Amino acid sequence: MKSILDILSGIRPEFDFSTSEDYLADGMLDSVDVITLVSDLDRNFAICIEGTDILPENFSNLQAIRSLLSKYGVAA
Amino acid sequence: MKLVYRGKRIEGLLAIIPANERSFLDEMDQFDFPRGRSLKLKEVMGYDRHRIVDGPVCVSDLAVAGFEHLFGRGLLGRDDFDALVLVTQSPDYFMPATSSVIQGRLELKHDMFCVDINQGCAGFLVGLQQAFMLLDQPAIRRVALVNADVMSRKVSTRDRNSYPLIGDAASITLVGRCDDDAPIHANIKMDGTRRDALIIPAGGFREPSNPDTRTQHTDIEGNLRARDDLVMNGSAVFNFVQTEVPPMIQALLETAQVDVDAVDTYLFHQPNRFMLQKLADKMEVPYAKMPSNVVEHFGNSSGVTIPLALALNLRERVLGGTLTTVLGGFGVGLTWSSMLLPLGPLEFCDIIDYPQVS
Repeated sequence: MKSILDILSGIRPEFDFSTSEDYLADGMLDSVDVITLVSDLDRNFAICIEGTDILPENFSNLQAIRSLLSKYGVAA
Repeated sequence: MKLVYRGKRIEGLLAIIPANERSFLDEMDQFDFPRGRSLKLKEVMGYDRHRIVDGPVCVSDLAVAGFEHLFGRGLLGRDDFDALVLVTQSPDYFMPATSSVIQGRLELKHDMFCVDINQGCAGFLVGLQQAFMLLDQPAIRRVALVNADVMSRKVSTRDRNSYPLIGDAASITLVGRCDDDAPIHANIKMDGTRRDALIIPAGGFREPSNPDTRTQHTDIEGNLRARDDLVMNGSAVFNFVQTEVPPMIQALLETAQVDVDAVDTYLFHQPNRFMLQKLADKMEVPYAKMPSNVVEHFGNSSGVTIPLALALNLRERVLGGTLTTVLGGFGVGLTWSSMLLPLGPLEFCDIIDYPQVS
């Protein structure tokens, strides 16, 4: 199973996702990348993130993604 | 808003798609993005190929070709319909109405009600309900509902958010009366405060087209487009669909007192595979009951995607029998609408190319 950082790096390998507090504001992810990220998180953690949870604020940084995943029972 | 209709049916359906097919793999280098990111997008969204008009083809061209196909094969007589409802966002002219253009080019009778409706991805539902309402008039025995758009002509070819998914197409749906008096339940909602989520900012009377509005600029995500082009706030549209559509369908089924499992097929507008599968997950509908493959075959052609989804996936079943069907449309306006109805047996349900090869 990949880590969240591994997944993020797979989408945008040119960035270091461990430091930014706002991936979208810093231009590291765009709205289309978020869709790719959700698809990868679903598959990697065998979950189904609900469409209503696909909001920019849930993918703005590592902690936000962890919080979202915890809602689906994933401790990442 | 809850609506109910009685004694109406869809009799037959023809979709017309441009013969010109483009593939995502061939086009992705025109976007200002690394190939790897575009390939991931292809996988998730289901982008593969799309049909777009080749040259200055207009909505009336596709519609006239469709009607001539129906007339030529004896599927519809020139005098066999009394209203022509056209739903489009890409009319031939500001004026006159393109439904009048179609009527004139086909030299149809004068005793006819022609009307244009400016609607997009909910346009099949809006047009179908307009047809049902017209059929309450004794003088109107049958309505030809035309959904048609050539939106590829208003989308920047360098806009990765919109261009790969856009498709051009038309459909002609014949709508008539029937003896079945069972209620056809529907609902519709609109929210014009969110109108900017899908918009062509310039080119109308608010901001007429000029050299500046025709100049392309790069947006924050790297897409290149002009103010004369369509712009879609993808995040806002996605959230709108996921928030509004499941409760709309739940309300429809509750009103009709029909269980979610009792529906044979959920024929929804086709924005992309990812969005539809998220809806299916939320509604606990098996993917097999909710087709999501129109974008990968033809692209998203606004109000034509529901007829295309039907003809592509369920042709034999609706020619030979009846399917308990939920229709769902959602998009520009913003507008969202659904309907529960028995679909079939249809007299025809076909897809043809424009121009026709045979």
